[in-house]
Amino acid sequence: MNKIVAKEQFSTNVTKLVVEAPLIAKSRRAGHFVIVRYDDNGERIPLTIADSDVAAGTITLVIQAIGDSTKKICGLEPGDSLHDVVGPLGQATRIKNYGTVLCCGGGVGVAPLLPIIRAMKAAGNRVVSVLAGRSKDLIILEKEVRESSDDVIIMTDDGSYGKQGLVTAGVEEVIKREKVDHCVTIGPAIMMKFVSLLTKKYEVPTEASLNAIMVDGTGMCGACRVSVGGKARFVCVEGPEFDAHQIDFDELMMRLKSY
Amino acid sequence: MNEINAARDAQWRVELRAKMSPKERTAIERVEMPQLDPAYRITCNEEVNQGINKEQAMREASRCLDCNNPQCVTGCPVSIDIPGFIKNIERGNIEEAAAVIKRTSSLPAVCGRVCPQEKQCESKCIHLKMKHNAVAIGYLERFAADWQRTECGEQAVPEIERNGIKVAVIGSGPAGLTFAGDMAKHGYEVTVFEALHEIGGVLKYGIPEFRLPNDIVDFEIDGLRKLGVRFEKNVLVGRTITYDDLHEMGFKGVFVGSGAGFPRFMNIPGEQLNGVMSSNEYLTRINLMKAGRGGDTPVLHGKTIAVVGGGNTAMDSTRTALRMGAERVILIYRRSEEEMPARREEIGHAKEEGVEFMTLHNPIEYLGDEKGRVTTMRVQRMELGEPDASGRRSPVPVEGAVEDIPVDVVIVAVGVSPNQLVPSSIAGLEVSRRNTIVVNEATMQSSVSDLYAGGDIVRGGATVILAMGDGRRAALHMHEQLSK
Repeated sequence: MNKIVAKEQFSTNVTKLVVEAPLIAKSRRAGHFVIVRYDDNGERIPLTIADSDVAAGTITLVIQAIGDSTKKICGLEPGDSLHDVVGPLGQATRIKNYGTVLCCGGGVGVAPLLPIIRAMKAAGNRVVSVLAGRSKDLIILEKEVRESSDDVIIMTDDGSYGKQGLVTAGVEEVIKREKVDHCVTIGPAIMMKFVSLLTKKYEVPTEASLNAIMVDGTGMCGACRVSVGGKARFVCVEGPEFDAHQIDFDELMMRLKSY
Repeated sequence: MNEINAARDAQWRVELRAKMSPKERTAIERVEMPQLDPAYRITCNEEVNQGINKEQAMREASRCLDCNNPQCVTGCPVSIDIPGFIKNIERGNIEEAAAVIKRTSSLPAVCGRVCPQEKQCESKCIHLKMKHNAVAIGYLERFAADWQRTECGEQAVPEIERNGIKVAVIGSGPAGLTFAGDMAKHGYEVTVFEALHEIGGVLKYGIPEFRLPNDIVDFEIDGLRKLGVRFEKNVLVGRTITYDDLHEMGFKGVFVGSGAGFPRFMNIPGEQLNGVMSSNEYLTRINLMKAGRGGDTPVLHGKTIAVVGGGNTAMDSTRTALRMGAERVILIYRRSEEEMPARREEIGHAKEEGVEFMTLHNPIEYLGDEKGRVTTMRVQRMELGEPDASGRRSPVPVEGAVEDIPVDVVIVAVGVSPNQLVPSSIAGLEVSRRNTIVVNEATMQSSVSDLYAGGDIVRGGATVILAMGDGRRAALHMHEQLSK
């Protein structure tokens, strides 16, 4: 059992939970995820870790309520507990000094992007972040992102905040104005697909963090397999980040509709 | 073997042997396992084999000749004193029979159900040499273990002299549980780390309830708890804590029994379509996550389900599919039935329940609809050619013999590879090309001196009893090492 120690509602459907998990708080790196269960009948839900506090022994999860299980988890209040939390899972992000790194996140994808932004900044990179959402209230963690970015561009579909347009417009603006050495993108599969097509055109190496369907999250079931460079790879143990230009996003989107 | 021979010389055994002539004993027909009716059992998840009663067990036990040189024991990977427990059943002392098994097997109720006895102990039975059916050693083992569980009340916990030395176990499957039990009996403080939210490993996520009820696994786990074994769920060694952390926590020895949970696929076109999944995924969703039985986890259904493979996991998948409501379940296997690695009993059960066997066929492609859901399995007819490295005749395609079968779900049960998660996190650990941990086979010690390993992480894909044997051997030798 892992106790919820704090909760913040980012928007109607997006909730931040700070959860007691001292061992994971200590061992996790940017890019890692956990699997949580709401109760003893609960699904195993993979969630990327947004932050951790080693001293307090907590990790931060940002969850979008999209299905029954995530709705239940978002309904938890401080003092309640998650039945299970296991991790950190997956491979950590390859952090090094690339030069200029473009970090581009859509919706709740900004949450797992934040530790990568921080780590890339700490590694000496110039970090330019592009945050995107349908409207102003869906832009999350802006303050935290600004703290670790040299520049931030905000894009909203409806123009209610930042610039109006899709995430790709912001990405293209950056690539056109300055030399970008590396790009990391996290968000809905369709968004990552178009970011990837764009960075491929400009030959910017890009990593995308995938949100596949998983059961165990430890390589046992293969539900999360996705074609990367024509080869089936397991997102849970080999990912979640892969070379975006090699990922078959159409297949990923098809597989995400499996249930 | 000396102990086994000494036990044979006990006065009561000598008298029991004299009670009936070998001829009378061999004349008795082998007991039949009472089973649920196939039509009923596919509507539920109840255990198919109902177990024999005391009367049947005592009669079956009297078939055993109590040989001077019992070969059955040599067929058992953990060398259970088989005549010793059988003769106790014959004289009606079931509790003692169970105790005899417990001395060597920490999970008798499990082994009595899932061991391939026909390939092990029973294959060596002297009855076979005389053209009779082997003594039903597996049924008797199960009977003794079940009797002890249901009739003997609370088990007394043996007095253990604690030595205060901490040892860690990674993985709570049959290898890890056996190791944990043995080390606890030697006096160690044992902690088992399990990555999943349930203890039991493949006994829980893999083997279905109708073949091995979870209650039985839980009973054995409770027994270990009473011995002082601690279980930590949701801990992934190598991730949540490292191997070095274990040392810092004071663990003096580590046993890795993390299993072979990495499913293999065939890498054929269309395998990524929705509705094509590994048997691990299918069985885990249903057995561990309770899909369709009160769990929130979903599982794909369909009228026609095809299962690819010929092992026990393939059989478990076919029979699970029937119980989940599939109207037609087809087993596709590229060799003939004779070459199937599954237990004969499981093959028989699957057939009785209505699974269609499509042997000498192999899928070569899957086709799907516009939504990406599999609709068709394209199969290639095969014929048997020359024997391959495994000694089995290898299947070769019959040119032009390709047919399409409409399917809703395909379950791929063509084997597993060792999960690299744990081995890859330990510096200096020697791993084979197949990603198994390399050990000294006699001691189960790895290239890292305080690390032992056993079960599928060493073997690549074997049986529950072999995993148990490894756990037992590792415990013996780690105990020796730590006692120095």
